[in-house]
This record gives sequence, C-alpha cells and structure tokens, in this order.
Amino acid sequence: MNREQARDLIFDVLADIAPEVDRDDVDDSLDLTEQLDLDSMDYLTWMIAISEKTGLDIPQRDVSRFLTIDGAIGYLMDKVVIR
Amino acid sequence: MIDFVLPSLGADMDEAMLVTWLVEPGDHVEYGQIIAEVETDKGIIEIECWHNGVVDELLRRPGPDKLAVGTPLARISVEEMETAHEPSEPRLPSAPPDHRPRRSPTQSPPPIRHLAHSLGVDMDKVAGTGANGSVTREDVQRAARKSASPGEERSPEEVRVKASPLARARARELGVNLQSMTASRVDGLIVEADVESVGVAAIEPEDKVAAMRKAITRSMSRSKREIPHYYLATRIDMDRALTWLEDVNSELPITKRVLPAVLLLKATARAVSEVPDLNGHWLDEGFRPSKPVHLGVAISLREGGLVAPAIHDADTLELDELMEHLRDLVTRARAWRLRGSEMSDPTITVTNLGDRGVDTAFPVIIPPQVAMVGFGKVIEEVVAVDGKPEVHPVVHATLAADHRVTDGHTGGLFLTALDRLLQRPEDL
Repeated sequence: MNREQARDLIFDVLADIAPEVDRDDVDDSLDLTEQLDLDSMDYLTWMIAISEKTGLDIPQRDVSRFLTIDGAIGYLMDKVVIR
Repeated sequence: MIDFVLPSLGADMDEAMLVTWLVEPGDHVEYGQIIAEVETDKGIIEIECWHNGVVDELLRRPGPDKLAVGTPLARISVEEMETAHEPSEPRLPSAPPDHRPRRSPTQSPPPIRHLAHSLGVDMDKVAGTGANGSVTREDVQRAARKSASPGEERSPEEVRVKASPLARARARELGVNLQSMTASRVDGLIVEADVESVGVAAIEPEDKVAAMRKAITRSMSRSKREIPHYYLATRIDMDRALTWLEDVNSELPITKRVLPAVLLLKATARAVSEVPDLNGHWLDEGFRPSKPVHLGVAISLREGGLVAPAIHDADTLELDELMEHLRDLVTRARAWRLRGSEMSDPTITVTNLGDRGVDTAFPVIIPPQVAMVGFGKVIEEVVAVDGKPEVHPVVHATLAADHRVTDGHTGGLFLTALDRLLQRPEDL
C-alpha cells in the first residue's frame, strides 16, 4: 500500500466517525485525538474500522503507532500488501 | 387491555411527537420490544413496551402534534402472566422493572432484533456468529450490506410497501426504511411528507442542537436552583488496573478490547450498589432509592450538546458486555437514536472528561438523580509506595452529591469503595 492509498483509507473510515473533518486541514504529524477531538471510543472505533478494511489485526503493542496520521500511514505502508 | 401511554423521557422532557409506529394492530409484542419512535429535544427516541401481548388498536397517528407524557398511544391486550412485571414507579412510567427480560441464550437481544428490523433483515435467515450461535450486530449489518448490493432486485417485502415515487427517492436519500413506516394517508400510501417526518433527524442538525441546548439549560438550571450540591474528590492509583487491562487486551483481537473507561464505569456501578443512598431519584415526596444501578453515561455529541443515557443494571454486567453496551450507546447517541428507558431512568450518572484532557471534573447533578461521578484523564503522578516515591498512572475521581439525601460521610464511603474496587480489577 502506498502513502496515498493509506491516507485515503484512513480518512475514508474517519469520515464515519467525524464527518465534519476536512482531510486537507489535518496536520498528519500532530496528535490525532486532540486535533480532531476524538474520545477514546472514537479512536478505538477508527482503529477497528481500519482493521476491518485491511484485514489487519492491530495488536495492542502497535496501538501507539496510530497516535498520528503519519504513524498510521507508516504502519499501513509496512503491513498491508496489495495483491 | 391496557393503554400504552407516552412514557416519561426524563425530568426535562414532558412532550414528544410521534414519528412512526413499528407495529400494527394484531401484532404480537414482547416485553422490551421497541414499538414506536418519537422525537424530542434530544433527538429520536425509541419507545419500548413493557408487556407481552397483542396490539389491539393504534390511537395516534404519526404527525407533528406535540403529545404530552401520559397520552394514550395504543391499546394492548396484555397476556395475564405478565401483568406482575408492570413498572412499579408511576412517576417514571417507562422505567423497566427490576426483572430483566428472560431469553434463551440463542436468542438475540431486542437492540439487535430492532436493528435487523430497521435494516429490513430477516433474523431467521441470518447465520449467527455470536455466543451460542446468537446473531450479533455485525451479522445483521453484513446481511444488510449483502442485500443492499447495487444492481440487486428489491426484496418482495420492499415491493409490497405502497409508497409514492417521490417518497421512495427521498427515503433512499435519507436512508429511511419504508417498511418501518406508517402512512399518514387513509389509503396507506406513504408520501414524501411521511418520509420527511421520519428522516427529519437527519436533516436539520442546527435545529436539533438548538433544541438540545434548551433542554440542557432547563435541566441544569433546575439542578443549580434546587439541588444543594456537595463535592468530594480523591486520587486513585490506576497502576494495577491499567497493567491488568493491558495484559487482558494484549490477548484480544482489536474488536474485543476493553477501554479503561469501562473499568471506571464498572467500578462506579459496583461502588454505588454498596452505597445505595447515592442511587435513585429525588421526587416530590423525597428520595426514592433504586435497587438496580442504571448507570447514566455522559456522551458529548460532535455537533455540540450532550446526552446521558443509561446502561441498565451496569453493576451486573461483565466488562466485555459493558464495553459492548457503551459502544452501542455512543453510536446511537451520536446518530440521535436513543430509547425511552435509557433517557428516563439513569439512577446515577458518570462523566468521563479525561478523554478531553482535563485532570478533574466537577459534575452538575442531573435531576431527579442525587449524585454524579466525574473522572479526569489518567495522568502520571508521583505516589508513595512503601514509603518511597514512584511514578504511577492516577485518575482524579470526583463525586457531586445531593445534600438533601446524603452527607459527606456517605460520599466518602463511595469514593473509598471505588478506590478499593479499582485495586482489584480482576474481580470487576
């Protein structure tokens, strides 16, 4: 999965949780929950949706890689292989 | 034969508009079944029936008229055995009685069945993947997605619904299910206005937010005017609880993981069951304690405003069940679709503002409740362990309670119990 595909997927699932977020206004390097006003349930729901879309089970030890959009993009680029 | 009346939907709501019936005359209804939807300042609320029986007559049609709490909406022929289960609190007619509905483990709970109904999914045809083969929320959603694949023909049921072309188009736009609707016209044809009245929740978020702001103003003003609050706070070491939860979660797939907030909710529910004077309602005649703990959870909405619906019998739920209930509640609250009993009968409420980064919350009690618990965020602080300083995660817990009912001593017992329970997370 390349950077653009990963970012698209991440924001596509985010749109269900925070519909008002404009993906062009988000700073990929900042803390996601604070920037987008997500609570812990939103944040978990977002990761579950990513997991469902990609088929990845995100182990607990990797959750910290999803603190920023950049982190999440990097994770998906590492782990998701598109055939 | 009994009148099914518009139930109370919380202290600050005394009227509602009937949006749609989910049953027809002749239909069999079960205890806890959602049979109608009404609209209030707090969005669309699903109304349950607390009897087993048969719908005899629908007395009101959906429409824009505001109906007062207590207005008869339907007549129901009640099966005799069930009359003992009638709600015992006349002041809060929609509060479910202490007995929870009995159901076999393979049956799915009413929320799942209702979801299936609203998505037009036949429960009998869904293969269940839940415990004991029960049908889960995911199973229903999967079945709905399958049947909604583009290019597929309409199901026979959908064809049978009489609706104008405009109504069909609008229903598709708003995501409204025509099958769950009742027509306002005598000939039963569903017209665009009918769809509009059901879909209104989806159209005008600004109005809904304004109405909710008014409801919050009423409720909070009454609280500050009438309830002599006292406040207590304590710091709780979360090291054991979070280490234990991390261990548990590391074994679980992401869909089954439990949030730290769930530990706080469960511990609160258990602690309040030990200190029952904080659990119940202040009514005209004084304090009426509640044996079941229906834990209100403050949920902020993205458009602004908040709701605090109840998780019923929270003290008896396992952590994973509580997590599932919380997820369901947050999802439906944000979609403005809560149930009558959830709105009317929290016996104590929790606000968890830790997610928003504050260290300590000072709650305002929601009348007619008599206490509210606030949690700040989990932060690292220096604590003394065996006389030596160590850095541990801690949470600042606050209790706001009604001085008409309890004194600081009782509040102190509650916070002490809360701390003790959180030091033994494996027993929660």
